[in-house]
Amino acid sequence: MHVLVPVKRVVDYNVRVRVRSDGSGVDTTGLKMSLNPFDEVAVEQAVRLRQAGQASRVTVVGCGAPLTQDVLRTALAMGADAAILLEPGAGECDGPALVEALSVLVQREGVDLVLCGKQAIDDDLGDTAPMLAALLDWPQAMSVNQLALEDGGLRVHCDGDQGLEQWRLPLPAVLGVDLRLCDPRAISLPNMMKAKKATITTLSLAELAGDRAARFRITGCATPPARAAGVRVEGLTQLLEHLRALPALGASA
Amino acid sequence: MTTLVIAEHDGSQLDPSTLNLLGAALQIGDPVHLLVLGMGCAAVAQAAACLAGVSQVLLADDPQWGTPSAETLALQIVALMPGCDTLLAAHRVLHRGALPRAAARLRAAYLSDVVAIESGHRFVRPLYAGSVLASVETQADKTLLTLRPAGFATAAGTQAACPVVTLVSVGADVRSQLKSRESMDSDRPDLSRARVVVAAGRGVGAREHMALVERLADHLGGAVGASRAAVDAGFAPNAIQVGQTGKTVAPDVYFAFGISGAIQHLAGIKDAGVIVAVNKDPDAPIFSVADVGLVGDLFEALPALTAGLTGQSKTA
Ligand SMILES: Cc1cc2nc3c(=O)[nH]c(=O)nc-3n(C[C@H](O)[C@H](O)[C@H](O)COP(=O)(O)OP(=O)(O)OC[C@H]3O[C@@H](n4cnc5c(N)ncnc54)[C@H](O)[C@@H]3O)c2cc1C
Ligand SMILES: Nc1ncnc2c1ncn2[C@@H]1O[C@H](COP(=O)(O)O)[C@@H](O)[C@H]1O
Repeated sequence: MHVLVPVKRVVDYNVRVRVRSDGSGVDTTGLKMSLNPFDEVAVEQAVRLRQAGQASRVTVVGCGAPLTQDVLRTALAMGADAAILLEPGAGECDGPALVEALSVLVQREGVDLVLCGKQAIDDDLGDTAPMLAALLDWPQAMSVNQLALEDGGLRVHCDGDQGLEQWRLPLPAVLGVDLRLCDPRAISLPNMMKAKKATITTLSLAELAGDRAARFRITGCATPPARAAGVRVEGLTQLLEHLRALPALGASA
Repeated sequence: MTTLVIAEHDGSQLDPSTLNLLGAALQIGDPVHLLVLGMGCAAVAQAAACLAGVSQVLLADDPQWGTPSAETLALQIVALMPGCDTLLAAHRVLHRGALPRAAARLRAAYLSDVVAIESGHRFVRPLYAGSVLASVETQADKTLLTLRPAGFATAAGTQAACPVVTLVSVGADVRSQLKSRESMDSDRPDLSRARVVVAAGRGVGAREHMALVERLADHLGGAVGASRAAVDAGFAPNAIQVGQTGKTVAPDVYFAFGISGAIQHLAGIKDAGVIVAVNKDPDAPIFSVADVGLVGDLFEALPALTAGLTGQSKTA
């Protein structure tokens, strides 16, 4: 079984981004960038499947600027077998072109299972996995927090609207994984050094996807209004006084 | 053309959030159709037909809608979209799987977690765990959106019933099989709709201590929430995680006990009326958003609030 893990380079989750003063977008220059946390979990899961003999090969693919190589090398150091960099040229690195390119790669590389992150923590969109599943006409599961191979298919636990759900899916399939699926390993120095020297295959997004226009564009960004400063109360008596004054807690309006 | 809204209901009654979705849909200015998917839910469709502003109700009444897969719902959406420009649905797990799947087939734009509608082509949605609000313009013929119901004013009023059209449901995609589903066996209000939410973080220290949190929630007729760290530590179930990757809540009062206030957590409580924080660390970031903050021990505060605040009925 060949597992493909699409990985995105995003602003580190501990860093607060700033909106450019002219509202034209988000200023990410000089900010710490990392592998999207959900994708790190997906890579870990894929490598575990290979180490358990359930997968034969793990390929990671990242679309973006040349610096995306950083996160591909992180994934290689974690144990991925091969890495592909998709170069978007002047175009966008996500949206329909990415999904189309991934679907071409899946077919070309004989992929049986795609493990995406359930969302990228920059756009918080979570559309890549379901859209890829749609183009391939494969079954999908989102927010996967437990996974097992069973009788040639998958048994997964997902967050549902009411609570945990258990689904059985045949392979091939596309999954969007949650942070809870597993804990990513720490990377050893020798593995990092080895990954630094590994070859990364570079492909042009446009060549794989043709001309796929984005279906929306961001026209401006703003910082949400900050909440007005609150009060610090001294002790429980004062806290109770404040709370008793709230209509929602029974104060008569 | 038309805006189609997926109605929220429990099989016998419309959920109040349907009115928020309808309010949002009416802002676009096109005729609004309500889609009622369910099993034995003709009464829901009748109630939907009487909501002012709805020009048609589409009723798909079929056992498969009891526990649909995202794949099947996507097929139904693809079948319906030729007649509509825009589809609106609540931002929840099923829709977050089905709408993008359908959008890819339709070559439609998909936007998730929309918080404001400026026109049929201009929307506002959060990025970066809510620390940025982006104005987005769609560039496709059709748009599929999930939105946060609590962010939109409810539609009001009733009308003489509009037509209810019964649909033939699409054949189910049976490849994915639901094996089991946990049900929230609690008689507490739903987290995303509760007027009071009492939430706990890693600071509660142990699963047993959640009883203190639950006691206050029940006393106030509220729901229980948790931070990711509390869920990961096994203190609380996944389903009640609040934040960027959990539920979004919009209560009148949100209590955060032993929650540090990471940006990923705050992303889920932006719409809360009053945020009350109890944390023993005076520098905890939660205090920068709290309306009322107490530097103190949650183990003292929880019983004191349960004893000192007036109880509410559970149906609040
Ligand atoms: C991609 C990603 C997505 C995430 N999504 C979410 C999400 O959706 N929701 C979410 O919540 N988190 C999310 N997180 C995790 C988030 O970054 C924080 O790690 C998490 O919110 C911390 O939870 P906490 O505040 O309970 O724990 P901690 O940060 O450990 O804080 C515990 C707090 O309890 C206080 N405390 C301890 N004992 C007491 C006491 N006796 N009385 C009073 N106070 C006490 C401490 O002072 C401390 O402030 C996400 C992280 C990532 C990377
Ligand atoms: N530029 C990209 N390159 C590679 N994978 C991506 C990219 N954008 C999104 N993905 C994948 O799609 C998942 C969901 O992202 P999104 O749909 O943008 O929220 C991510 O966790 C990745 O697995």
